[in-house]
Amino acid sequence: MNMKYNKLILGFSLLLLGYSCSKAQSNDAHLTLPQGFKATIVANDLGRARHIAVTPEGDMYVKLNRLKDGKGIVYLQDTNHDGIFEKQTSFGDYSGTGIYLKNGYLYASSDNSVYRYKLNAQNQVIHPDQPEKIIEGLINRRQHESKSIVLDNAGYIYVNIGAYSNSCQEKDRQNESMGIPGCPLLDSAGGIWRFNADKLNQTYGDGIRYATGFRNVVGLDWNQQDNSLYVMQHGRDQLTMFPKYYDNEKSAQLPAETMYKVVEGTNGGWPYSYYDQFQHKKILSPEYGGDSEKEYKGKADDPIMAFPAHMAPNGLLFYTGNQFPEKYKNGAFIAFHGSWNRAPLPQEGYYVVFVPFKDGKPTGDWEVFANGFAGVSQVSSSRDAEHRPCGLAQGPDGSLYVSDDSKGTIYKISYQK
Amino acid sequence: MKYLLLLFAVSIAALSFSSFSEKKVVSFQQKSTPMTRGKVIYTQYCLPCHQADGGGVLHLNPPLIKTSYVLGSKVTLVEILTKGLNKGVEIDGDSYTNPMPAQNLTDQQVADVLTFVRNSFGNKASAVSAAEVKAIRAKLK
Ligand code: HEC
Repeated sequence: MNMKYNKLILGFSLLLLGYSCSKAQSNDAHLTLPQGFKATIVANDLGRARHIAVTPEGDMYVKLNRLKDGKGIVYLQDTNHDGIFEKQTSFGDYSGTGIYLKNGYLYASSDNSVYRYKLNAQNQVIHPDQPEKIIEGLINRRQHESKSIVLDNAGYIYVNIGAYSNSCQEKDRQNESMGIPGCPLLDSAGGIWRFNADKLNQTYGDGIRYATGFRNVVGLDWNQQDNSLYVMQHGRDQLTMFPKYYDNEKSAQLPAETMYKVVEGTNGGWPYSYYDQFQHKKILSPEYGGDSEKEYKGKADDPIMAFPAHMAPNGLLFYTGNQFPEKYKNGAFIAFHGSWNRAPLPQEGYYVVFVPFKDGKPTGDWEVFANGFAGVSQVSSSRDAEHRPCGLAQGPDGSLYVSDDSKGTIYKISYQK
Repeated sequence: MKYLLLLFAVSIAALSFSSFSEKKVVSFQQKSTPMTRGKVIYTQYCLPCHQADGGGVLHLNPPLIKTSYVLGSKVTLVEILTKGLNKGVEIDGDSYTNPMPAQNLTDQQVADVLTFVRNSFGNKASAVSAAEVKAIRAKLK
């Protein structure tokens, strides 16, 4: 063998080494986590990955908010069991946010309908091109259009129908425009509707308005421990439209993002009130005569927990696994998509938080669980953030999955003793 | 010789003084260019939605970077600012779900903020004058 050939081989193997190192490295998600946790990237470049659902086999369904190659749902499999989803198939010709697995069906939503797909014994969709439409004709006027979904254990499906308005003003988002009396859009939006999970072609008349006064809910989950619905509300924007009462900094920090336990008839108070996490009370909205201090005396329920303003909670998951340490059992994980509405202050969110729970009640304050999705230490413009947490799901081994709808990355967070 | 040196020193002092006062004039002028006035208006009225870098917010508020709107017709731009927009623009395959409210700005303010936007964030397009805004607005229904 001559020298030249040797050198070539050396060079080639160095290249290979470099390649495999960088490949191994690229699976590390570089997130900041509590001691003992590790995050890996298990899928990449999926597109606008919104909510996710994991099957008992460990496969994943991802709902896309924008069609990719004409499809809106991605089915991910790890056929060689190396922990990475290397196989992708896509189906569904509609974009949207909601996806949920229950009772042998995959449920998925567009921005005005909910579909379901029968699953085989391996929880694979049998007829990807023939979904059954179970709900149709839901309001989609662009703003707060996503229809998040979750099922209970009694055959009902819950659908968020967001308000197509910021604060029900006569002129949406216009300075000092007052609120429409008796906000009429609450008849068909701004709440959670309940439908039968097994009936086809239902619309408003077939369901009930289960809860009202919720401007927009994206993250929601069914808490199996107390058999109830929990939701995360996106608080209103732009209190600074009433500069007499709110300067830019006050408007950046109000109102709270809020978590509610929802039973039939729960009222989140929107648009007449919002929750002020500094004064610890519901405040009358300026559109309806408020001055940033007047307490709201109308009918509305208190949130069970308040978070900093504008962080956009997009995913909620009650953890029922056994992999994580005891304190996480039955607690809530919340994926905060991250704010855009906090200038002149730095933006906030872009992380996953944890709230300890027992029997349906928080037992302690919230804490940041997974951080670093943004990839920068400070976000001042929303685009500075490389990734934005959106959906959450629990794997059969008790790992936590997080989706990112900016670059379409899927993270897997696991605990090793 | 001594005399000459003194003259030299005096002229240097005068020179530096004049350049100093020139600087002051320049910075005073900076405050009143369309670009600097436009930036103040942008920060107060547009930044919350379109962001400090003009990049917008994915899915909610569109970017103002080299879009056909920003670089395009002044008539359309003045109309968007005067009347607001809620039709769902599509830019590079993404759509945006928020409405843009009508902006309560004077002709001069509209001219300044549009001139600023058309020449920031990597954009390069002609300035907009208050007279142009006035003429366009007169024709808007
Ligand atoms: C409340 C948020 C909001 C504010 C404040 C706002 N915009 Fe917009 N803007 C939007 C949204 C949302 C759209 C897209 C509306 C649509 O799709 O119909 C838009 C569209 C535009 C467009 C056309 C689309 C594009 O991206 O090129 C321009 C130009 C524009 N805005 C400029 C401005 C300027 C200049 C200001 C400040 C004077 C401003 N906007 C204030 C939200 C806002």
